[in-house]
Amino acid sequence: MKSMKLTLAATAVAALFSLPAMAQVKIGVISSATGPTALVGIPQKNTVPLLPTKIGDLTVQYIAFDDGSDTTASVTDVKKLISEDHVDAIIGPTGTPNAMGVIQFVAEAGVPMLAPVGGADVVLPMTPQKKWVFKTTQNDDIIAKALVDQMTKTGIKTLGLIGLSDPFGENWFKVVNGLAAKAGIKIVATERFTRADTSVTGQALRILAANPQAVLVAAPGAASVLPEKTLVDQGYKGQFYQTHGAALPSFLKLGGKEVNGTILAASLMLVLPEIPDSNPSKAVAQKYIDAYKKLYNGQTPATFGANVYDAGLLLERAIPVAEKSGKPGTKEFRSALRDALEQTKDLVGTQGVYNMTPEDHSGFDERGRELITVKNGQWTLLK
Amino acid sequence: MNAQIVLLLGQDGLTNGAIYALLALSIMLVFTVTRVLFIPQGEFAAFSALTMAGIQAGKPAALVWLLTAFAVCEALADLWAMHRRTGRIRLRALFFCKLAYPFALAALFSALPLAQLPMLVQALLTLALIVPMGPQIYRLFYQPIATASSLVLLIVSIALHLALLGLGLLAFGADGGRTTPFIDASPTLGNLRINGQAACVVLVSILLIVALYFFFGRTMYGKALRAVAYNRVGARLMGISPTFAGKVTFFFAALIGAVSGLLIAPMTTLYFDSGFLLGLKGFVGAIIGGLVSYPVAAVGSVLVGLIESFSSFYASSYKEIIVFTLIIPVLLWRSLKSRHVEEEEDGE
Repeated sequence: MKSMKLTLAATAVAALFSLPAMAQVKIGVISSATGPTALVGIPQKNTVPLLPTKIGDLTVQYIAFDDGSDTTASVTDVKKLISEDHVDAIIGPTGTPNAMGVIQFVAEAGVPMLAPVGGADVVLPMTPQKKWVFKTTQNDDIIAKALVDQMTKTGIKTLGLIGLSDPFGENWFKVVNGLAAKAGIKIVATERFTRADTSVTGQALRILAANPQAVLVAAPGAASVLPEKTLVDQGYKGQFYQTHGAALPSFLKLGGKEVNGTILAASLMLVLPEIPDSNPSKAVAQKYIDAYKKLYNGQTPATFGANVYDAGLLLERAIPVAEKSGKPGTKEFRSALRDALEQTKDLVGTQGVYNMTPEDHSGFDERGRELITVKNGQWTLLK
Repeated sequence: MNAQIVLLLGQDGLTNGAIYALLALSIMLVFTVTRVLFIPQGEFAAFSALTMAGIQAGKPAALVWLLTAFAVCEALADLWAMHRRTGRIRLRALFFCKLAYPFALAALFSALPLAQLPMLVQALLTLALIVPMGPQIYRLFYQPIATASSLVLLIVSIALHLALLGLGLLAFGADGGRTTPFIDASPTLGNLRINGQAACVVLVSILLIVALYFFFGRTMYGKALRAVAYNRVGARLMGISPTFAGKVTFFFAALIGAVSGLLIAPMTTLYFDSGFLLGLKGFVGAIIGGLVSYPVAAVGSVLVGLIESFSSFYASSYKEIIVFTLIIPVLLWRSLKSRHVEEEEDGE
């Protein structure tokens, strides 16, 4: 008798699971919530609950993995998401090297990937494999263009560069070298350091000896503080420029009064109250920030989280289009989803307005970035 | 390149070298006494730096709960060991003191206005939190396998390093930390600006090394530890408890690690995972000393610091490569110079 009850219960449970699932889209999310790039990955992981759970009449299930900032783990996670969970799209991974490592696998399987990474290498130059990748951040050259324009305007003729010796830094060196040559700015020193360095005195002295009018620091996260502080300590008096990688609360916290006057170009999210309401992204960014704050007891999100949120917005637009060509979970659906993402026009995200083309899988123009400076330990719009 | 740059680079290299020397010394100390290659040595430095940064920001010290967890586990392990050995449990005052300590510390942390305290008190509080973890780690992770082969001990070290790394991320978050300098003054000597903090680092390192020298040369406990390092079995026959020696060694390892963390924290940004690289460079220094010679290891560590500093000036892209390539000629020279002696692998 008892065993029969058990069998009945088991059958009931089994029946519950084997019910034909409602039409459902599965999205894999990979973020580096632990490891060296956790600073970037944590806000991304935290954003997952804010992604749309229902698009049209489809429910969306998110399967989130942490790759521990490890490229090998990213590849494993991607393979698992594709072969075991049969996801329709992937959001992630967090780091540029990680994203570079998984491109071939998503392309082979034909799964669109929305990468919230900084490095333009993941979508440029366009190849048949990178066709499957979309990037939800501004390309470095858009940010760099703003900085170089500002330098030209203020009459800066010589520039020193110091950046991380990783894909982020290298890409910046490449982009800035090209833009500076066009603008007639001479790059007099190029120095590299690593995030774990406890001292950059050597590099700073080298820059000091070249004595440029301005210094650009290309490093993401808190690593961007050390070169600037060291140069100030050594008595450097010129203008500092930072990339959007420095656009974090910890930059202000760690930098203290020494980073006042630094100029950077970054997402409008940093100076949202100062942005005119006419900017279409303001409302979207405000909505995201409010939702994030509500969920995490008043913590403000870093821009990195917003890049994942934008991926959700892109999918929200593209999935209903793709649904016409096939059922979720099929090859046709995924392929149509990719085509739909590529045709995204005038989608307002938190970071700017997306206009994807077959050549440009990032799709940003200048509307999303602002020139920002540090004044009294706060981000302010540069006027 | 002029004389001033050489002096500045030298000062920078010397400062970092002093930190590496401290870490190298404690890695060697732990290795000679317990045969453990203590990979998490750098973690003590990172943890104490971040704890100090947290205290200065007025945040409650997140590591108190780790100390508490360790203390509770240690108490349980002690009770179990006592029960197995004697069949009954007799509790002594020391047992309760050890168990109550983290709770008292936690109360202290929550009662005091942390951010307003003088810096010396903040530093002492940090040490009071980090240093007891040394003996606790030995008791919990190494004492039960004290007689295992060095390879097993090494694997435990790696596991412990990874676990502490994860706990560090949990406790401190991914943000970096930086503390206010002990000394803000920067006196000038001729045309060289001396960084007050750097001078402080070198001075404290030298003081600590001299103190350790006297401890091991002149005191009974120091001599006992040296005896264990020379010959474990012999020392045991002379009545020196290897467990006690292990705990004292790990106490020093944690103390040296925590002090070096406090010293370096005002000069750079440290993250929860910065400790490993610090420890690794100390390890290169220790290797130069062949894991036996303290003076050579100290000189080697300073050399590592200087090479690092000068290579960051000449070829910043290849800095780490240059530093870690250094280990190859040293190993070659060491293995050519010394006859190969088979390591006593199976312990006693």
